[in-house]
Amino acid sequence: MSTDEPTTPSTPSPPADDAGDDVSGAPAADGVETPTAKLVLDGVAKAYGDLQVLKGFDLVVAEHDVVCLIGPSGCGKSTVLRCVDLLDPIDAGRILLDGVDVTERGTDANAVRRRLGIVFQSFNLFPHLSVLDNVTLGPRRAQKVSRGEAEERARELLSRFGLADKAEDYPNKLSGGQNQRAAIVRALMTEPEVLLLDEVTSALDPELVGEVLGVIRDLAEGGMTMILATHEMGFARDVASTVCFLDGGRVLEAGPPERILAEPTEARTQRFLTRVIEAGRL
Amino acid sequence: MTTSRRLRSTRLGDEGAASSLVAVVSTVIVFGVIIVAVLRSPNWPAVRDQFFNGDDFGESAPTVLRGFWLNVRIFVVAMVIIPVLSMAVAIVRSLRGPAFFPIRLLAIIYIDMLRGVPAILLVTLLGFGVPALQIPGLPNSGLFWGTTALVLIYVAYTAEIYRSGIEAVPESQRSSARALGLTQLQALRFAILPQAIRNVIPALMNLVVALQKDVALVSVLGIRDAVHEADIYKARTFNYTGFIVATLLFLAISVPLTRFVDWYAARDRSRRAQTAV
Repeated sequence: MSTDEPTTPSTPSPPADDAGDDVSGAPAADGVETPTAKLVLDGVAKAYGDLQVLKGFDLVVAEHDVVCLIGPSGCGKSTVLRCVDLLDPIDAGRILLDGVDVTERGTDANAVRRRLGIVFQSFNLFPHLSVLDNVTLGPRRAQKVSRGEAEERARELLSRFGLADKAEDYPNKLSGGQNQRAAIVRALMTEPEVLLLDEVTSALDPELVGEVLGVIRDLAEGGMTMILATHEMGFARDVASTVCFLDGGRVLEAGPPERILAEPTEARTQRFLTRVIEAGRL
Repeated sequence: MTTSRRLRSTRLGDEGAASSLVAVVSTVIVFGVIIVAVLRSPNWPAVRDQFFNGDDFGESAPTVLRGFWLNVRIFVVAMVIIPVLSMAVAIVRSLRGPAFFPIRLLAIIYIDMLRGVPAILLVTLLGFGVPALQIPGLPNSGLFWGTTALVLIYVAYTAEIYRSGIEAVPESQRSSARALGLTQLQALRFAILPQAIRNVIPALMNLVVALQKDVALVSVLGIRDAVHEADIYKARTFNYTGFIVATLLFLAISVPLTRFVDWYAARDRSRRAQTAV
């Protein structure tokens, strides 16, 4: 049940050979991004305290792209997603959504977040709310959708993801896989233009991983633009239009999965993949 | 699984019976010793007459009870205002971002000052001081300002408890609420506070018990509450039994309240233990 040929691969900005100098991420003044780019990260830098996680991070995501971020723990995969969703402010660089810099001062961050959806590794459903209330909270409160309308859409999505009979349950009654599918429904409720998935299967028991990956595969086939931070290399090979190997706070190497995962050019990518294969994950 | 648990609880039950017998015996011994020691103290007859006089009990009870009714009313009024105000202070205190710094600072100063002043001092200062200013438009009664002082102090303590509850909710909950596009206040209101409040209900109820006793502080203002009525009775008769009446009245409310708080906290703990599985 492998995917059809993924949609047109994007052209991520090459791991700039001369980028070493402007790590500071002064906004590039040339403005040569492809006009069709849905999302562009341009020289994004982010530090947590003394820890410089992203150093001039560049990424271009076209509409309907499925971009998989891979790399060792701590390479900044989750940070990229948190920064894109404006959950953590970036220190330098720009993030463009439909060509508009959303990191500029005065941007309505809530409005931007409503256009994006994010799913976290540990689900983060609200424990005091039923599944139905969890997934309708965003539309009802942030988008002022009526309860009836929100619940109708919620039930439709929940049943599409096999959770129709769980709508009234509380998250602690659900399995990890069901929790994560509910979290995906919650992210989809706001009809996001880009879906960000942060290692969504890492906290799941192995036998539950498949059900969540199946959901993501469906979304990919439906044309959803997605960025996934993932350790599931086999899955990345199946669904990704682009795989980015992250190292040293930037994209070291990017390209179609069959190339990056099979014949990477960078030595560090090779070493990483060798370890992954040894661990039986590819 | 269930059977083994049942077996264990039976065994625990037997141990429970044995240990409650020990508890009863040791309680009788300890209290017996204390009572005998008091009754055999050289001055007991005089003290009994001064503090535990049946006639004085009956005579002082009506006025002390009337005073106590005032204490109860102060308590009820404070209990209506404190939760609302303290929630507002806690929310201000928890707001993030540089734009909110000034009001956040005000909230911190308020909380630090009000928690740092002995309650009896603030009651005295506000209760005597503000009416003396004779500011037109402001109430002049010591009762009003004494109650206000108590409310201000308990708002500070309650706000800190709310805040500790807010901070105990995992950061990831805030992230996922914000990710939905909710504003800071909406995230607090719909995602964080419901969890935070549940976390701190036992702590809040302990404050309720404390407030129920602290309402007696208004007696320093000459307000005729239970304690002041007992004091008046003492001044008239040189007999302290009125204070015993007041003590019993306060105990009549605070002991059941305390038991309820403990019961609630224990129930909440066991429920959480279940959901954690």
